[in-house]
Amino acid sequence: MSQDRARPKAAFLVLFLLLGLAVIVGVVLGPVNIPIVDSFFILVNELPGVEIGNLPGNYQTIIVGLRLPRVLVGMLVGSALAVSGTVMQGIFRNPLATPYILGVSAGGSAGAATSVVMGFTSNLALPLGALIGALLAVSLVYRISYTRGSTSTYTLILAGVALSSLFSAVTTAMIFLAGPYEQHRVLFWMMGGLWRSSWRWFQVLLPVVAVGAGIIFSWGRDLNALSLGESAAAHLGVKPEMVKKILLGLATAISAVAVSAAGTIGFIGLVIPHILRMILGPNHMILLPAAALGGGIFLIYTDVMAKMVMQPVEMPVGVITAFFGAPFFLYLLRQKIVGGRMR
Amino acid sequence: MKVDIKNLKFAYNGRDVLRNLDLSIDKNEFIGIVGPNGSGKTTLLKNIGGVLEPGEGEIYFDGKLLRSFSSKQIATMVGALQQENHVGFDFTVREVVEMGRFPHLSRFERHDADDDRAVEWALSVTDLESFSDRYVNQLSGGEKQRVFLALALAQEPDLLLLDEPTSSLDINYQIKIMETVCGLKQEGITVIAAIHDLNLAAHYADRIAMMSEGRIKVLGEPCQVLTQRNISETFGVDVEVKNSDPRDLVHIFPRRTASIG
Repeated sequence: MSQDRARPKAAFLVLFLLLGLAVIVGVVLGPVNIPIVDSFFILVNELPGVEIGNLPGNYQTIIVGLRLPRVLVGMLVGSALAVSGTVMQGIFRNPLATPYILGVSAGGSAGAATSVVMGFTSNLALPLGALIGALLAVSLVYRISYTRGSTSTYTLILAGVALSSLFSAVTTAMIFLAGPYEQHRVLFWMMGGLWRSSWRWFQVLLPVVAVGAGIIFSWGRDLNALSLGESAAAHLGVKPEMVKKILLGLATAISAVAVSAAGTIGFIGLVIPHILRMILGPNHMILLPAAALGGGIFLIYTDVMAKMVMQPVEMPVGVITAFFGAPFFLYLLRQKIVGGRMR
Repeated sequence: MKVDIKNLKFAYNGRDVLRNLDLSIDKNEFIGIVGPNGSGKTTLLKNIGGVLEPGEGEIYFDGKLLRSFSSKQIATMVGALQQENHVGFDFTVREVVEMGRFPHLSRFERHDADDDRAVEWALSVTDLESFSDRYVNQLSGGEKQRVFLALALAQEPDLLLLDEPTSSLDINYQIKIMETVCGLKQEGITVIAAIHDLNLAAHYADRIAMMSEGRIKVLGEPCQVLTQRNISETFGVDVEVKNSDPRDLVHIFPRRTASIG
């Protein structure tokens, strides 16, 4: 019965509240203890047209220069991963599909490692290498799977798995060849984290994720129709090949940019769409925007934990997301098996 | 809707599936397509539905070229029901039937009263009103097939294409589906159905097109087409055909060759 689903309006209200709270928590909590009142005034001071004098300058630098961009970058990265996970699961009609299934993470890692080992030292080199690697891997997967005007989803997944292991081998070889300092940089990047967040990254991510996710949202009905199978969808006037091309392309683009900003952070693309589908049902018109909010919320909170659990040392946030994501996912899986039905 | 198929050719990977096929179907007619496996029935339906593009030849809807319409426009005129249907996620019956409004909606448009009316009508014709909140994946095969019939009807089609819609159903659901589809003729819907069961085809179709090797071999009323000779030539089996008055219904029985007991 569909009575066990949450009403979309109520769910979105809760998600927006959680997001607002996450932004506040993310700004207030950190290794440096800043009084909540000061944090509040510093944030209000940033609003256009507001000028509050006499604020502690070093606190202002931490909050406006470090924590706020980190929270916003985390939100965008989490949104991008969760939205592209929802798209992948919808297109492959498989709840286990993730943005990484087509080689985004393996390609990104290989690209990052290659750029570092080749001796590019600029701050841009590593994320740019990751972006190029991710896009290269996915376009290879497409090329291989494309025959006679169509792409079989099975071939896409298999090609993604095979090419991922090839790219992983490249990464391993690069790490093997690298010096200790370069090894450290690559491994650190691969662990996934929001250390490098800055207003610059926010400016790069915002347009890509907003435009990408915005277009994806407007294709929600096509994605719904596609869950009836490509043939049934075609009889509804959907062009399955076009939907796959556009949505997989956009999902790849936003997740590749997210990966180049924050490394490979696991489980968001897998778990967030899955949980929200259980709460809200599979209608992509609702699920896609909910995933954007849910992914952002999840990454902001887990990043706060990453900063706080082992103070003053920071954990890679990928460790935290996996630490929460994997057991929770297994719990859901178990519930479903015991409950007698999959999906 | 009147459908005219002229000199239709279609090939899959270089193998001819439809060869110079001609067929005209009248408005409000229920035409049954019978023929052995691989004779091109499904391919013909997919060409008429605009899902496959003919290699040669043309299809006309009420005199207008099929390929002059966009795929969304075609989907407002043609609904289709396939033999096997599967829903990827836990959608409810109503959600699936609402997907039938897809071709009527632009990308940013919301459902209006017309859409709701079409969905309610589709649910009531298929007798699914009390099921509308159930998950499709939890329904039996026969119920699921009715959901997909309702989906096609929510498109408000003038032409309904059925590809062996009852092959995997028990006799109760076979009759339910066929009776529902027959009732649609009163709504002005033309029906083209590929049907495996010759008796079922004989019982419900106004005319029968018997296909063989990508062509229409015989076309006419059931009692003219489903003769012992036609069946044995097309399917390669020996059957006994009995006609019963007064509606000239045909009954086809296999002739047993193995000894009984």
